[in-house]
Amino acid sequence: MIEIILAGGIAVGTVLLLPSFGELVTERAGITNLSVEGSMLAGALTAFIVAKTTGNYAFGFLAGAFAGMLVAAVFASAVVFARANQLATGLICWFLSLGITSVIGNSYNGQAIHQLRQIDIPGLSSIPFFGNIFFQHDVVVYFGYVAIAATAWLLYKTKTGLIIRGTGERRAVVDVSGHRSSLVQFAAVLAGGLLSGVGGAYLSIGQVGNWASDMTNGYGFIVVAIVAFSGWRVSLTALGSYLFGMSISAASVLQAQGIAVNQYLLDSLPYIITLVALILASRTNSRQPEGLADSLSM
Amino acid sequence: MTGSSHDSGYNEAVADAAANLKKMSGVSVITAEQIPETNAVTDTMQQMADQGATIIFATSYGYFKYALAFAKKHPDITVLHQGGYQDGTFPANFGTYWGAAYEPVALGGMAAGKATKTNKLGFVYAFPIAQSIANIDAFQLGAAMTNPDAKTYLVNTSSWCDPVKQKEAVNALSAQGVDVFSQHQDCQTTVIQTAKAKNAKVVGYHYDASELAGSSWLTGSAWNWTPVMKSIVTTIKQGKFKGSKYNANWIGTFANGDNPLELASFGSSVDSGTRSAIKTEQKKLSEKGASVFTGPIYCQDGTELVKAGEVATYEDVNNFSCLVKGVVGTLPSTSD
Repeated sequence: MIEIILAGGIAVGTVLLLPSFGELVTERAGITNLSVEGSMLAGALTAFIVAKTTGNYAFGFLAGAFAGMLVAAVFASAVVFARANQLATGLICWFLSLGITSVIGNSYNGQAIHQLRQIDIPGLSSIPFFGNIFFQHDVVVYFGYVAIAATAWLLYKTKTGLIIRGTGERRAVVDVSGHRSSLVQFAAVLAGGLLSGVGGAYLSIGQVGNWASDMTNGYGFIVVAIVAFSGWRVSLTALGSYLFGMSISAASVLQAQGIAVNQYLLDSLPYIITLVALILASRTNSRQPEGLADSLSM
Repeated sequence: MTGSSHDSGYNEAVADAAANLKKMSGVSVITAEQIPETNAVTDTMQQMADQGATIIFATSYGYFKYALAFAKKHPDITVLHQGGYQDGTFPANFGTYWGAAYEPVALGGMAAGKATKTNKLGFVYAFPIAQSIANIDAFQLGAAMTNPDAKTYLVNTSSWCDPVKQKEAVNALSAQGVDVFSQHQDCQTTVIQTAKAKNAKVVGYHYDASELAGSSWLTGSAWNWTPVMKSIVTTIKQGKFKGSKYNANWIGTFANGDNPLELASFGSSVDSGTRSAIKTEQKKLSEKGASVFTGPIYCQDGTELVKAGEVATYEDVNNFSCLVKGVVGTLPSTSD
């Protein structure tokens, strides 16, 4: 039972993992983007249409990434260059995406393509217990593992990461050092939208193999919460994403076993578990970027 | 409509009927889709009224309270709610309509019971509402007719269409050994897709998805709202709505020959013996006074749900609060 919950959680968690890293990079640069949900929706629909039309999943993911980035570009243009209010702009971009994807995607509801196939990693997948949980998934889940290391490396081991983090803390310092902080923020938001788009694409063409209007069901907002409660850390952001996935998986598995659970508890389980775990894990020295607090005020 | 008119499910069936209503002479139809079960329902109905609508079909379960309140406020507009059940008096311009969904669901259960090799059937539902409880019970009763050892395992998703949760539900049930799936969701694509990937069979609901399911398809139930909607519109146009059977809780049944939920096509794996058994049962249900819920029927804990020799009325079915013997799982409590 535990194996099934954990393995299911890794798969579902990957839907949130990539957008989470996107938002993490965005917020590290001092911008809060609430339209992650919008980028995910745009990515999910575009990827589905392209993959369905061309039969090529790689094209689907690329198109999804681009669509997610496009939504982020609209957001970034307003908040970075026109200094529009971030929360309001984020919500507007989400609403716009929801509306546009619902209209364009309407006729795609109910159509289907096959879900991404499971690829067992030779050797690793046969390790008792862990093999089943970590190494019997589709290719995007493995990409997610790589993304954890890559994001950590980017943010903490590269000059680019230093500039991003610097922008999130004190924009003026970055400007004085000869970089344009507004361009850094713009790029960070685009990168965030790109990863959100990939997350949405993974949802539609990777996980479930179809498009349904508003199919993200608020997961994009969970992502923003995960990033904040992780204290802006890479490791905890990853943990939070997987934990949320595992709680969703657990709700199904517990019921399938015939275990009596309260409806309200069941519905709130993913949120409670993720929240409590992240608060406990990050209660010492939160690393909120200094510029983030300022940027949210009107 | 609460979802998309192309969901291969509940809402597409409504959209199909609306398109047919449009063909009636002197009738024009305004549709609105993807309206959440919130105050947006009232706004949408108001906009329709502003555009001159005189009859409004509110087609989602959660629209009920908004539809009823709107009817009370607008006596000149007739409001029909799809799937609700009104206790007590009816405003002269309000009615509910529904079909004995559980009848074709029980027939689908028969196909499922026959098809399973593990004797484990899975049922993915959204909320523990009366309709779903009746469907789950009927599914299990039907399955037991063809396979006394069949058991139905439940998972709820707390959403009419959350593909992520649907997939997890099928995965969890599959891990339990379930090899035939059915559901009460608005969109059924993910459940079918995921079951198909596991070489499991599916019994559909709302809409004939045999094409999508391919060799996994057993059968299912498909809504055909056109006859009842046309009949309602005609009644209203003749000025005979008040006091009519539609100015009440109307339900179509096989026995009355007007069940809006029909049995969908059979999949290739359903053998002729099973097909004829199902057809025979359908004929039996079409006799006057026949019902899926003819006693004795027992709850999981052994208490009697329907007494021997008795037939549950529509009102009884709407108050079913227990799962029948053979269903594995519990109904989450929703009372606050």
